[in-house]
Amino acid sequence: MIIKNGTVYDPLNGINGERMDLFIEGGRMVEEAKGEVIDASGLIVLPGGVDLHSHVAGSKVNLGRLMRPEDHRRDPVPRTEITRSGTGYTVPTTYVTGYRYAILGYTTVMEAAMPPLTARHVHEELNDIPMVDKGAFTMMGNNHFVMKYLKEGNWENLRNFVGWLLKATKGYAIKLVNPGGVENWKWGKNVEGLDDRVENYGVTPREIIRGLARVNEELGLPHPIHVHCNKLGVPGGFGTVIETVETVMAEKARIHVTHIQFNSYGGEDWATLSSAAPEVAKALNRFAGATCDLGQVIFGEATTMTGDGPWQHQLFKLTGNKWYNSDVEMEVGAGIVPYTFKPKSLVNAVQWTIGLEVALLVEDPWKLVLTTDHPNAGPFYRYPKVIEWLMSKKAREKTLSEIHRVAPSRSTLPSLDREYSLYEIAVVTRAAPARLLGLKRKGHLGVGADADVALYEFREDDIEGSFSRARYVIKDGEIVVKDGRVVKECWGRTFWVSPPGELPEDARQEFERHYTVSLENYPVESEYLPRSEVIPCR
Amino acid sequence: MVLCKGVVCPFCGCLCDDLEVEVENGRIVSTKNACPVSRSKFLSHAEDRAKPMVGGREVSVEEAIGEAARILREADFPLIYGLSSTESDAQRMAVRLAELTGASLDNTSSTCHGPTVLAAQECGAVKCTLGEVKNRADLIVFWGCNPAEAHIRHPIRYSLTPAGMYRQGKKDRFVVHVDVRETRTSKMVNQFVKVQMGKDYELLSALRAALRGYEVKGAAGVPGEVIRGLAERMKGCRFGIIFFGMGLTMSRGKNLNIDAALRLVRDLNEHTKFLIMPMRGHFNVSGANEVLTWLTGYPFAVNFSRGYPVYNPGEFSAVDLLCREECDAALILASDPAAHFPAAAVRHLASIPTVVIDPKVSLTSKLARVVIPSAIAGIECEGTAYRMDGVPLRLKRIVDSPYLPDREILERIIERVGG
Repeated sequence: MIIKNGTVYDPLNGINGERMDLFIEGGRMVEEAKGEVIDASGLIVLPGGVDLHSHVAGSKVNLGRLMRPEDHRRDPVPRTEITRSGTGYTVPTTYVTGYRYAILGYTTVMEAAMPPLTARHVHEELNDIPMVDKGAFTMMGNNHFVMKYLKEGNWENLRNFVGWLLKATKGYAIKLVNPGGVENWKWGKNVEGLDDRVENYGVTPREIIRGLARVNEELGLPHPIHVHCNKLGVPGGFGTVIETVETVMAEKARIHVTHIQFNSYGGEDWATLSSAAPEVAKALNRFAGATCDLGQVIFGEATTMTGDGPWQHQLFKLTGNKWYNSDVEMEVGAGIVPYTFKPKSLVNAVQWTIGLEVALLVEDPWKLVLTTDHPNAGPFYRYPKVIEWLMSKKAREKTLSEIHRVAPSRSTLPSLDREYSLYEIAVVTRAAPARLLGLKRKGHLGVGADADVALYEFREDDIEGSFSRARYVIKDGEIVVKDGRVVKECWGRTFWVSPPGELPEDARQEFERHYTVSLENYPVESEYLPRSEVIPCR
Repeated sequence: MVLCKGVVCPFCGCLCDDLEVEVENGRIVSTKNACPVSRSKFLSHAEDRAKPMVGGREVSVEEAIGEAARILREADFPLIYGLSSTESDAQRMAVRLAELTGASLDNTSSTCHGPTVLAAQECGAVKCTLGEVKNRADLIVFWGCNPAEAHIRHPIRYSLTPAGMYRQGKKDRFVVHVDVRETRTSKMVNQFVKVQMGKDYELLSALRAALRGYEVKGAAGVPGEVIRGLAERMKGCRFGIIFFGMGLTMSRGKNLNIDAALRLVRDLNEHTKFLIMPMRGHFNVSGANEVLTWLTGYPFAVNFSRGYPVYNPGEFSAVDLLCREECDAALILASDPAAHFPAAAVRHLASIPTVVIDPKVSLTSKLARVVIPSAIAGIECEGTAYRMDGVPLRLKRIVDSPYLPDREILERIIERVGG
């Protein structure tokens, strides 16, 4: 296949808007090939999008679907000759999730929160998401054995356990969610900061973060520790995220802070909420090993779902909306609360400014990934709106004029003139997330890369529309989307890692005593990964 | 002789996974750790097997599958029902078949914990996995359920007696049973509270009121001091849980009872840690809800006649469709509605072309036009099942079977329907 005459943006190969031809054969980018020719004149050509933080599969996502029939009924998706039926809106069904990512030009998606005990459920749903390659991050920040070995200072056992758990769950990365806080939530409590104690364990969030960051590097995992920081959603809580980054930097390790918008709150309470984006961005600018994704707020309906049980309870109390809580023995918790972000709400308007502010103040786009923490701050298919805000000051000014009138004064956003270039957009939606995930064949179009390509008709006056429906999407060398419609259903692979590590002997007995499943029935069987690829550790 | 260890029991929502099953010459000869019901399911798995039939005549499996496909293809408004006693791949295929035939798709939860779903869609739920209960719970309330007879190992493995991380066993827990009459479960507990028939909502509301400091003089036949005492106990525990069953979901008030219970638990979280869990019956009824939800957005009572999923319990739930004589064909998978549904529903089921896919002869298979025998999930074929708390486990194949798994039968029907 030949993609002829397109204007190519391929930041990992330093290509910035060059008119050129691309060649595909055997599902990969090659030097030269024959075959079908796609006329890409007038189109921009980007690598397939890579989402490194989204909630698309598993028990918590499915509870979000289950509890919101009112959300689905406005967004029915009929079956076609090619595609299956389903429903949207904020938490789409699995097939619809795959189709909508593809139409957007995204070809790789990571489920950001996999509870180990229900990992099978995550993989079952991932296997029902067509069109994209995928993976899932294994939650560890409140795991019994992690905290136990940290308390004992037994590094070897900790490293062994983490390695084993990644393999047992077929996970891709180490995920921390409110480390220590969720264990305390199992007694109805939380942690107040990095040095607060976890009940019965005596360890602190700081020790958990530091320990897992160190183990992550020792195992040579492709992705840094992926952290949903403590004190998320707390006005005035931004210091915690800075401290968290500093803690990991002192270990000479890497950290990815996820949905950073939710952690960049100044002020003293909700009434005085202000943006602390400048302080947080400054910290990120200071350290090479620290990266983030946005969790940008989109006005409208959302379904908040996180592994942060106590935060979700707070949100329930704030809103009075329906509330699911789901605690998982020995490991994790989760909560789900529907939420509507309203432009005329001062709090929501300030939240909206914060995400964009971070994006504009973090100097190096390679340290940043565009996300909405789908479906927490808005559904992923609104990413094009975020692209528009990043690329156009005019678009931001328009929204600023529509939101709560006090909000602009609580943020530096109105003063920021920066506008992202298409090249930078390609970085924050493709190249940076692929590089951060350590997926060497993703996020670029160089020879040897997976032939995942997205072509758009870019119109300056309708940036959102331009990115909402790709003209062509090529997945593994085949045209799967044409003119914004799925023309072929395809099935991606599941990425996972296989670091060294066996379950420590003392954990076996304890496992049998405290879990309610047998150890032999715990690891996810290979049947759940019919198409998979192990990504090597460093 | 082969000893299979760590076998997951495909009987009830407890999904005990510590069974040992002995196989000799391809026959199951004994079980260890299994409850009496489970043991009987394993030991008698080869008995009462259904035969492929069309119109009362024994035929080849191929012919039965062909006739099933014809019936579904020609139907205007078919019903696909059951799903709860099979594994999740078969459930996925059932969704595909329903989509292709524009069918109404329902699972047994519409007659057991459907009201639980409806209530959770109103206000959410505070849930956890069973290990949380084993490790932490110091207060357990069984409400409108009878684990001693229906979920036999639940008290031993998960709730009442097991030693957990912070609980040494029964002596560290206070256990309450709320029901309309004493059962074997009442004998295991510290306190039995007798609620008047059909008055659960009243009692739950009184507890909520007591919790908020209102003066409660008595309700639902329960004296005020008992209600106040129970409210105080709930408030004062470190980790409490309510397990509830069909005594609450299927008695007067239905989803409103559950709504009251869910809100009581929500209120309790202002004071302490408190959770709630439905006692799911069939071993994979949870899975039926999960699979339908990830594929359609809705857990049961889904209709595809518009080409996309539409949800409406009461309209698209099996009993209602049958009683109104709306569906003109039915496929029953891994369930026996003729044994459980109201007479009017069964009459209609008998009057339309009905296809049954089931390992065993059942009341429904006796009135069906087409019977397709299948392998028993968890004994004769593998698959995934979801425990009552949502924990998914891999079912094992213990013995070989001449029968096709449900998923394969459905795949073949789908091929013939034109998938």
